Amino acid sequence: MTGAALRFNGIGKEFPGVKALAQISFEARPHSVHALMGENGAGKSTLLKILGGAYIPSSGSVQIGAQTMAFKCAADSIASGVAVIHQELHLVPEMSVAENLFLGHLPARFGVVNRRRLREQALACLKGLADEIDPQEKLGRLSLGQRQLVEIAKALSRGAHVIAFDEPTSSLSAREIDRLMAIITRLRDEGKVVLYVSHRMEEVFRICDAVTVFKDGRYVRTFDDMSALTHDQLVTCMVGRDIQDIYDYRPRAHGDVALKVDGLLGPGLREPISFDVRKGEILGLFGLVGAGRTELFRLLSGLQRASAGRLELCGESLNLRSPRDAIAAGVLLCPEDRKKEGIIPLSSVAENINISARGAHSRFGWLLREGWEQGNAERQISAMKVKTPSAEQKIMYLSGGNQQKAILGRWLSMPMKVLLLDEPTRGIDIGAKSEIYQIIHDLAASGIAVIVVSSDLMEVMGISDRILVLCEGTLRGEQRREHATESNLLQLALPRGLAN
Amino acid sequence: MTTQHNALPTARKPLDMRALLDNWAMLLAALGIFLLCALLIDNFLSPLNMRGLGLAISTVGIAACTMLFCLASGHFDLSVGSVIACAGVVAAIVMRDTDSVMLGIGAALLMGLIVGLINGIVIAKLRVNALITTLATMQIVRGLAYIFADGKAVGVSQDQFFVFGNGQLLGVPVPILITIVCFLFFGWLLNYTTYGRNTMAIGGNPEAALLAGVNVDRTKILIFAVHGLIGALAGVILASRMTSGQPMIGQGFELTVISACVLGGVSLSGGIGMIRHVIAGVLILAIIENAMNLKNIDTFYQYVIRGSILLLAVVIDRMKQR
Repeated sequence: MTGAALRFNGIGKEFPGVKALAQISFEARPHSVHALMGENGAGKSTLLKILGGAYIPSSGSVQIGAQTMAFKCAADSIASGVAVIHQELHLVPEMSVAENLFLGHLPARFGVVNRRRLREQALACLKGLADEIDPQEKLGRLSLGQRQLVEIAKALSRGAHVIAFDEPTSSLSAREIDRLMAIITRLRDEGKVVLYVSHRMEEVFRICDAVTVFKDGRYVRTFDDMSALTHDQLVTCMVGRDIQDIYDYRPRAHGDVALKVDGLLGPGLREPISFDVRKGEILGLFGLVGAGRTELFRLLSGLQRASAGRLELCGESLNLRSPRDAIAAGVLLCPEDRKKEGIIPLSSVAENINISARGAHSRFGWLLREGWEQGNAERQISAMKVKTPSAEQKIMYLSGGNQQKAILGRWLSMPMKVLLLDEPTRGIDIGAKSEIYQIIHDLAASGIAVIVVSSDLMEVMGISDRILVLCEGTLRGEQRREHATESNLLQLALPRGLAN
Repeated sequence: MTTQHNALPTARKPLDMRALLDNWAMLLAALGIFLLCALLIDNFLSPLNMRGLGLAISTVGIAACTMLFCLASGHFDLSVGSVIACAGVVAAIVMRDTDSVMLGIGAALLMGLIVGLINGIVIAKLRVNALITTLATMQIVRGLAYIFADGKAVGVSQDQFFVFGNGQLLGVPVPILITIVCFLFFGWLLNYTTYGRNTMAIGGNPEAALLAGVNVDRTKILIFAVHGLIGALAGVILASRMTSGQPMIGQGFELTVISACVLGGVSLSGGIGMIRHVIAGVLILAIIENAMNLKNIDTFYQYVIRGSILLLAVVIDRMKQR
């Protein structure tokens, strides 16, 4: 089947209350990397789920070559040579790399696994992709980038000729990204159909041969000639309007020190860390994955107790034993992993917004006031422009950007002094991104100190007044906005041995 | 973007219809089964049988109210059957020794509260799995019930005590009234208090609840403490109905209670649960059991039928989520 094109014929998908996709038709050719772009909620992930057999389309069909496919489940899709590499990888961390590669069809005789053959097959599988990985290694010990390679190797071992990547680079380091790009290019040259979902423009221009743009669950257009396409054209097509500067930075006056961190030490930090952030200031925290940014936030949000050092909030000592202490003091965290730590998926949007502030607005602290509950939810939904059919919709049905806005709404219902944002726009499209930047700027302008952790260098440089750089659990340096450049920040962020 | 905010809400009506059906389907099923039994089985509607049905509902119903909180928070409690037995025994012994009904009931409730607190503290603070914790306390408390009672039923002679089990108000037995009050109270607690909403949040996503500032540990402890207390209340009522505290009673009762909740639509993995689920589950189980008794179906077959119904209900529930 290699050499066959992939066609979507009038695909539509409806969920209760939401039309996720309507009339999607386009073709992705072999020997090409085909990008899918669009804002969050545009329907790219839904389309990939249909391709992967996780969802059954309400209308339309998927066609590979001349054959029309009717995937009923993931196994159907795999059997037809389709592999979808999801953002959250579908691997078992407690098992070995080799077992993960052949899960479901381990080489066995009478149910007893043949260890030697397993190892040989695994080695053959990884060859040329990731030679350094030992098949016996427990998968959980690999880096995220390596795990992704294992997932790719698994797809290839099953004879996949249509391979779809969903935001594959969102948590990779620069070197891992280069390696992935090389592999994707190789897959293309071997005649595979590669679908590539990403929000990162530079990647799309770097490796893709065609781009299809979605908006609000609809097909907008396909660009076949990347050399004739400009950055701005593509963005305009995605958001449906012109964007000059999505960061929309405006200088602000800074007030007194809001949060002072003095010699803070804890798990994931190798040296004591000291810095401060002022009222109205946006402080960027940049570093590669594993630099200790998230660990630092765990200490600042009370999730992890510090082993040494002290915090001062507006001149008063701040002692954090739990997230409740931080929240009570007005130090509020929007976590990195929205699904795992941010939202309560089965609960409504209103529930998710009101959960933190409601204690202060309830009679006797425990009896809910219906009026406040409804009013606050509606207020935050409209202030944050959360796109939802109603406040009662389960939050799991919203797109990532809208979930993030709902969580911002949760914190805006509270008295806030310091806002900690961990990868606030990860996996979020440009339109929602610029809205979130807007909110961040407005918050800072109202006197709140904002600390933003991000691995997106452009983002850090675009919104911060000042940037701290972390590397391997130590604070490596600081740059003011006007002096920050891509190269001096990266220089600080790279581990010493790799800096040159 | 502003324009899009208003652009989406189109398919609101069908959503509500579906939600309506989802929410009320099991209660309608309970009603349907009731009507079917009324039509097909002689004596089903007789006052005596209705009274028996009501009483059968009461013990399970009371305990299921708080089991709902355990399940909604993503846990469950196996010790409730033992707590029921032990509470009856404790009440009977204290009444025998002090001749005070109030002291007897107080002691039984206190015992339930303490068992619940221990469950809650071990689960929340020491982070031991709820299955193991309550499996252990289930056996400990059952053993204590036998030890306190010396292996035999402890008779009660105080007449005032029998009001709880055998009294009537306007022709309705007191246990049924207490059950109705529990349904209303815990339904209200779940929907209209921070405690109830926090319980749902913990079951839906414990990490997110913690980061949102919910006092997760305290809420869990409270859930199990209240469950222990209410389990003891059910035990006191049962002892009053039987005019004695019996250490062997309520074996396997915890599974009946959990079955009733799950049958009604409460999720075993937490985050989904409403009082009407509980009411529907309790009603369906009790009606079917009552009907089988009236039809003189052998106890052995009753087990098979009850298990099959539960299995069917959860399979249907799974298929609905697809």
